[in-house]
Amino acid sequence: MATNPAEKARHHAGREVAVIGIGQTAFGERWEASFRDLVTEAGLKAIQDANIQGEDIDAVYVGSMSTALTIGQEHVAPLVIDHAGLADFHMPATRVEGSGASGSIAFRQGVLAVRSGDADIVVVGGVEKMTDSSDAETARIVGSSMDQEWESFVGATDTAIHAMMARAHMDELGTTLDMLAQVAVKNHDHGLKNPYAQFKRPITREQVHAAPMVADPLTRLHCAPLSDGASTVVLCPLEAAESFTKKPVKVAGTGQGSDTLALHARHSLTTMAAARAAAERAYAQAGWGPDSVDVAELHDAYTVNELIALEDLGFFPRGGAGPATLEGETALGGRIPINPSGGLKARGHAVGATGLAQIAEIVSQLRNEAEGRQVKDARRGVCHNTGGTGATAVVTALEVL
Amino acid sequence: MGVPRFWREQPHRYRLEGTRCTNCDRVYFPPRWVCPVCRRESVGKMERHKMDGTGTVVASTVVHDPAPGFEDQVPYAVAIIELDEGCRLTTQVSDVADPHDVVPGMRVKSAFRRIQSDGASGVIYYGTKFVPLVEQGSTPS
Ligand SMILES: [Zn+2]
Repeated sequence: MATNPAEKARHHAGREVAVIGIGQTAFGERWEASFRDLVTEAGLKAIQDANIQGEDIDAVYVGSMSTALTIGQEHVAPLVIDHAGLADFHMPATRVEGSGASGSIAFRQGVLAVRSGDADIVVVGGVEKMTDSSDAETARIVGSSMDQEWESFVGATDTAIHAMMARAHMDELGTTLDMLAQVAVKNHDHGLKNPYAQFKRPITREQVHAAPMVADPLTRLHCAPLSDGASTVVLCPLEAAESFTKKPVKVAGTGQGSDTLALHARHSLTTMAAARAAAERAYAQAGWGPDSVDVAELHDAYTVNELIALEDLGFFPRGGAGPATLEGETALGGRIPINPSGGLKARGHAVGATGLAQIAEIVSQLRNEAEGRQVKDARRGVCHNTGGTGATAVVTALEVL
Repeated sequence: MGVPRFWREQPHRYRLEGTRCTNCDRVYFPPRWVCPVCRRESVGKMERHKMDGTGTVVASTVVHDPAPGFEDQVPYAVAIIELDEGCRLTTQVSDVADPHDVVPGMRVKSAFRRIQSDGASGVIYYGTKFVPLVEQGSTPS
């Protein structure tokens, strides 16, 4: 790929960036809270955590998947500024969209703005309000990230596409239903320890197997819920970070990748090339790889996604993720704890907020502030956030120095 | 879905009309107007190409919680089919006793079927589903 003469100049260009503040809302069915309430709650927490004032903010990015369909409102970036009481500063406010990866793309845009020198302090928010829609509307919203003409038109659902990935993973790599179910069991166990999580109840593999079938072999308990929620982070140049916080977290690398919109056009059903490309770029920037990662948040929209992600990011060889999950290697206390927040499955999946909730969790871990779910001596963490059925992926590498 | 949006795709939906890159001879369904292999060399060299309509199931699932507009069809089989020309598409596989019978390796052929109805507009959309293919000389099971 390195045929572009500009590429040589690219790596490590610009300033180093740090996360200096995080704030999130509880995820779940937040009937009492509007889109505006959610995004404002998370934003104010992050601004307080970073010890900054409104006048310090140079730019704002907002990640949200589907506001026209969820609340009938586009143009949400100025709305966010407006409700945070920041309209009089007239800072650039930009909404970005990349399905379930919207939050991580917004984060990446914020990092690039600070790296480039265009902005010093950037606030990045992710938000989704899923429960103001009817069930049928919600089904259409979720399906809208797939290929409308050649997947949705024939009756394929988001779950159906992922079910085919799960079947292929079982057929090609020997993954079993118990291995898939254990992802959900483990993430529910983790969610018990996260005050922001939607589900705080343990489940068993037997319950996962016996839940109502959505698309064979995925029952309802293989699927993450669709949640209301928001999460926000504050970024600044690394060299200035200690003037705001005692515990800055360095953005060591950020990678993004893409692939065909429809699963059927991809070269493989059991790996996401967009995520592999994103990981390769993030690791290259960080100068370290999967062997030195202490903790990770992976996009487990369905149980199979966590196994695919574990292999795509290099934590396990192909076919190795399922057995390792069954043996507890990815649980808190295991070799490489995955989704200590509970993941999308138990923390909840407030679509545009999910990527930033992942980053908030890893920042908490690296600051040693994750209380009941703290991974001991965590110094390096990774977030993996995908959109649709894998046509967009973002991998973010974070570390404490 | 608006009627013009559907009408525009009718040759592809009704007759499995894809495209062929005359630069490298690869065929594409669903249709592409830029060949991902030849890229700029393919511009202006893509032709319409009707697929034979026979292929093999690569992956499959049975949908129990349907997409809007498909409520009357559950449970139904959704599959990724590799056409004999080498390209892949997502489709329903119908005319089977049990949708769980649709498994990788199964031979299928295209068939003209009702796909979905739009409850709000009353429009019924037709297109291609796939059905089991009984190869000549083989015994139907
Ligand atoms: Zn070609």
